[in-house]
Amino acid sequence: MSVETEERGAAGPLEPDHEAHQHAHPSDSTYIKVAVFLAVLTALEVGTYFIKDPSTPLLVALLFPMMIIKFAVVAGAFMHLRFDNPLFRRVFVFGLLLAVAVYVIVLTSMEYWSSSYGG
Amino acid sequence: MTDTAFAAHDTDPALHDKGVPSHDTSTGVSNEKLAMWVFLGSDCLLFGGLISTYLLLRHRSVSGPSPSHEFFDIPFTSVSSFVLLFSSLTMALAVGAIHRGDERRSRTFLLTTALLGGVFIAGQVYEFTSFVNEGLGYTTNLFGSAFYTLTGFHGVHVSVGIVFLLSLFVMSVRGNLGPERAETVEIFGLYWHFVDIVWILIFTVVYLIP
Repeated sequence: MSVETEERGAAGPLEPDHEAHQHAHPSDSTYIKVAVFLAVLTALEVGTYFIKDPSTPLLVALLFPMMIIKFAVVAGAFMHLRFDNPLFRRVFVFGLLLAVAVYVIVLTSMEYWSSSYGG
Repeated sequence: MTDTAFAAHDTDPALHDKGVPSHDTSTGVSNEKLAMWVFLGSDCLLFGGLISTYLLLRHRSVSGPSPSHEFFDIPFTSVSSFVLLFSSLTMALAVGAIHRGDERRSRTFLLTTALLGGVFIAGQVYEFTSFVNEGLGYTTNLFGSAFYTLTGFHGVHVSVGIVFLLSLFVMSVRGNLGPERAETVEIFGLYWHFVDIVWILIFTVVYLIP
């Protein structure tokens, strides 16, 4: 998804100096396009509710990719991680990966992935 | 940063956007913004723990309701998800507007975001009430405890966000939230989008894959 930058918004008190700023943030229309994309993905997710007697592996296969894409799009576009200082991205991704690693280990130690687990 | 550089920063918001602070910092980026990202990174661990606990306990109950598509009201929760998603859009538009110096538009979007957050919380209260009426209290079984703790923590995050949004709105009405404080709105926006991101996970893991 390409990121368009703002041509010109409502006139404000910082007109000349804000010209450079306009190119650092996505435009309103880009935000709206991102939101529409996310809404479509959410609608597809909700659509899986209407599948008759779906198996859990099927739901996981359908829903997890969409969930990850939505996560990445919100973080990248709305939270500006795509074009902000890389330090912010590193800090957040470190916390995220640490959480994933810790809790995958927890779930594994509790034998969550085994077919005999009731949870 | 030299005095000249500080002066340049004050008139060049592009520097501000790249995380370059208006004062000297050891990292070269805004301390406040970096602190928010550190907080959000640590919040991943909090919600990771709550989601993992829910996964481990949800089907361990020996009595009472258990998670299923029949138990959850998916259409209702879907509407709540769309509301929260839309609030992320209005938050992003508020940040964009304040960066452009359009205080009035930013104020409108801040208030809209708070109202949408309020609608989401109202939906959660309604959902919790209906679950209690169906026999799922906080201490009914392991599923109930894990479910209410996870979604309740998220609800608390949204509620705190609404308080901050209303504070920003009042600051804006009083004329204390001009373009020079755009980073304040942007930093809060990070928090709000994170709340949306967590709901993306909860909606899938808790509701759609019961």
